[in-house]
Parts: sequence; structure tokens; C-alpha cells
Amino acid sequence: MTHPTHPHNHPREHEHEHEHNHDHDHDHASELSEAAIRVRALETVLLAKGYVNADALDLIVETYETKIGPRCGAQVVARAWVDADYKARLLADGSAAVAELSFSGRQGEHLQVVENTEGVHNMVVCTLCSCYPWPVLGLPPVWYKSAPYRSRAVLEPRAVLADFGVTLPTDKTVRVWDSTAEIRYLVLPQRPAGTEGWTEAQLAELVTRDSMIGTGVPKAALLQAPGAAGVAGASA
Amino acid sequence: MNGPQDLGGMMGFGPVCPEPNEPVFHGEWEKRALAITLASAALGEWNLDMGRHARESLPPHVYLGVSYYEIWTRALANMLDARGMLTEQEVQQAQMLVSPVPTKKPAATAAQLQAALAAGSPYDRKVNHPARFAVGDVVRTRVMHPSTHTRLPRYARGKTGKVVAVHGAFVFPDTHAHGLGEQPQWCYGLRFGGAELWGEDADPTLEVMVDCWEPYLLEAAA
Repeated sequence: MTHPTHPHNHPREHEHEHEHNHDHDHDHASELSEAAIRVRALETVLLAKGYVNADALDLIVETYETKIGPRCGAQVVARAWVDADYKARLLADGSAAVAELSFSGRQGEHLQVVENTEGVHNMVVCTLCSCYPWPVLGLPPVWYKSAPYRSRAVLEPRAVLADFGVTLPTDKTVRVWDSTAEIRYLVLPQRPAGTEGWTEAQLAELVTRDSMIGTGVPKAALLQAPGAAGVAGASA
Repeated sequence: MNGPQDLGGMMGFGPVCPEPNEPVFHGEWEKRALAITLASAALGEWNLDMGRHARESLPPHVYLGVSYYEIWTRALANMLDARGMLTEQEVQQAQMLVSPVPTKKPAATAAQLQAALAAGSPYDRKVNHPARFAVGDVVRTRVMHPSTHTRLPRYARGKTGKVVAVHGAFVFPDTHAHGLGEQPQWCYGLRFGGAELWGEDADPTLEVMVDCWEPYLLEAAA
């Protein structure tokens, strides 16, 4: 296997993902330590000059670490799967419909939801930077902001999907949305077969982040018996 | 500008490497990078498009050689430096050496930032002139290579596509990034066939959707 060396994939940052309690500044190569040192210095000077407030910085971290993330989007998708009227509103005006579930804010001001069907698979990218629908998906994963994804998604999306282990029927349209303006895109994946009668909460557990970016599909219903305890696959 | 940010269609970067159970942050420094970037932006000294332009103005070998949060923080330091708010020497020494300068807005409190993040900043604007194009129109994107900020990617220049959405009028990044005002323009969703963008060897099932402001567009030749 070819080992990726491009720093946008920064594999070195991930080698220690299982050791999250460690101080990362010590875990990584010198390049990363330098970045960490510079960020600390920047923060120190910004605070000293009164340009930022410490409690505001902490609030930002807390918001995006604990409050806003892909579970928000999963609730939206599950609601659309069980409520046809909601789905119609969601496809007509994404921002208004997700606000019904109390999701709104920065990078979600102009949200458009695009629906996967038997004939069309949607996939979202930002080739020019890292535009991403924060209020429903949280902050983007590293690969979404990486040069490999941003360069290849618009050129060879099926090869990109193969990197995620996803294979689509050869005759299916692959529609790639490049987030070049202020409209943000969220994919509404297809509801898995065999989920008739499932509750919204059970369905939401099948909705992965990648299935809402279009680089994945929802978890198969067969693996998630709704009657069983720990539907979320929490036992894994 | 034809900077390192305009990656669509480039080759040689290797596979995409999804990370199973990826944490929101990889280490404390990424949290701080996000926080200082957002909190500094609230000072009102630059707008979203100026921030993007600062990132794409990093030298290509730097932009392509560091992680995304480092792109953010390097651009942040450059913007602060350009406004006399902070010097490289201060970053090197991690201490204030020159007095702070007045900013358009004072440092946001936690409550103010929370409200701002929750409210967002809509970028659509009312304009008096009608949209030049309608859904179903076939249009051609301009061939252009401005040295300034633009959101028309290189791979989509000089290409013929179909209007599939009229999004409304939005702040025009090409002027907004350079302090020339919002100058809102109509913005359209365009659909391009794979072969139009990449030639006859393209995936025949590929469609690429690109949002384009009206100044990027021409009527397609009949």
C-alpha cells in the first residue's frame, strides 16, 4: 500500500488518535509542535492586547466540540424519512426546515438539502476552501479539507468513493456539489430498506456523517435490530 | 487568483484517507486555532472574503505543506500584522511588545460570540435589478484569470452549463475581499456535464454543480 505523504492528510497527527489524553505537543513531529507553539503564542499576544476574551475562546471550543456535530444532521435526516411534509419543507428551504429542529447559525445561513434517489447520488465538496454546513454537521473532518479530496471529488468522484469503500451502480448519476458560494449543501441519503416502523431516534442512529456529505451511505438496517438494546451499535 | 487553494482537478495528492472515529480536534492546539480565528474575526477588521483571500495568498509551498488549521492561523497572523495589530516578533517572543490599536469592534464577550455564532451572517442581499438568467438557460462561464480574489474555480472557466437554480443576490466576493464593498450580484446554481469539464474520457455519469455569480457568466453562443 502506498503511504500518503501529503501533509493535508497529515497521517502523523492521526497515529496517536488512540492516545488522546496525551499532550499532543509532545507526541508529534517537529512541524506540528511548531504549529502548536505558534498558536499558543498568538493566543497569548491576542489576550494580552485585549483583542480576544478568554471566556469567549472557551465558549467557541465548547460549542463545536460538544454541542454542534453530525448528530444534529442525523436528526434532520431521520425526521425527513418519517415525515413527508417535513421532507418537502427541507428540500424547499433547508435553513428554515433545520431551524424547526433548532439548528441554525454560522455556515448554515443558506442551506440546501439535496436528495439521493435510485438514479442520483449526491456528493459535496469545497474545492476552494473548506465550506461545510456547520450547524448540521459540525466542523469538517480533516479529509474534507485535504488536497486529495478537494482535487479529486469533482474529477473522479467514483475513485474517491472507492477510498471510502463505497461502490455505486455504474449507471447511477454522480452529482458533485462544489460549495463555491455561500450556499451550503447537505445530502439527504436514501432510507435503508427494512426500517419500516422504526422510530425517528432509531433511524437517526443509522445516519452517518459521511452519508450526509455523500462519501458514505447509511448503516444497513440489518445490522441494527430496532428491538435490541443498544441500537446505536454502542456495544461494538 | 490562481492560487494554491484552487484545487479542483489537480492530480498527484494521493488517496483520500478517512479516519475512523475521527475526533473533532486532533490536540489542544487545533481547538485554540479555531477559537482565536473566530474570535479575532469578530473584531470586524476583516470580512469572510478577506479571510479567504489571506489564506489563498499564502505561498503555494506553504499552503500545500501544512494542515488546514495551520493555514488558518498563518493567514490570521498575516492579517493581524498587515493591520498593525500584532507583529511577527511578538509571536516569536509570545509577548506584547507594542500597544494594541483600536479596532472596529471591541473584543467580543462569550455571550456576544454565542449570539453571533447562533445568528450567523446571511450573505444574501436585496437588489433592484432583475436577474439576467433564469432556470433552464444555457450559459457560458468567462475565461478570466484575475490576480485578485474570485470564487470561479479554474476548472469551471470557459465552460458551458445550465442554470438549475437562481439563488438570489449575494455579496460579491471578488469586490468584498478587497474592501471594494459588497456589490451584491445574482448568484446561480449551474450544472456542468463531466465531459464539458474534463473531456471525452470523463465519467459519463458525472455532473458537477457550481454556484456562480452573474459577473462570471455570459450568454452561451446560440
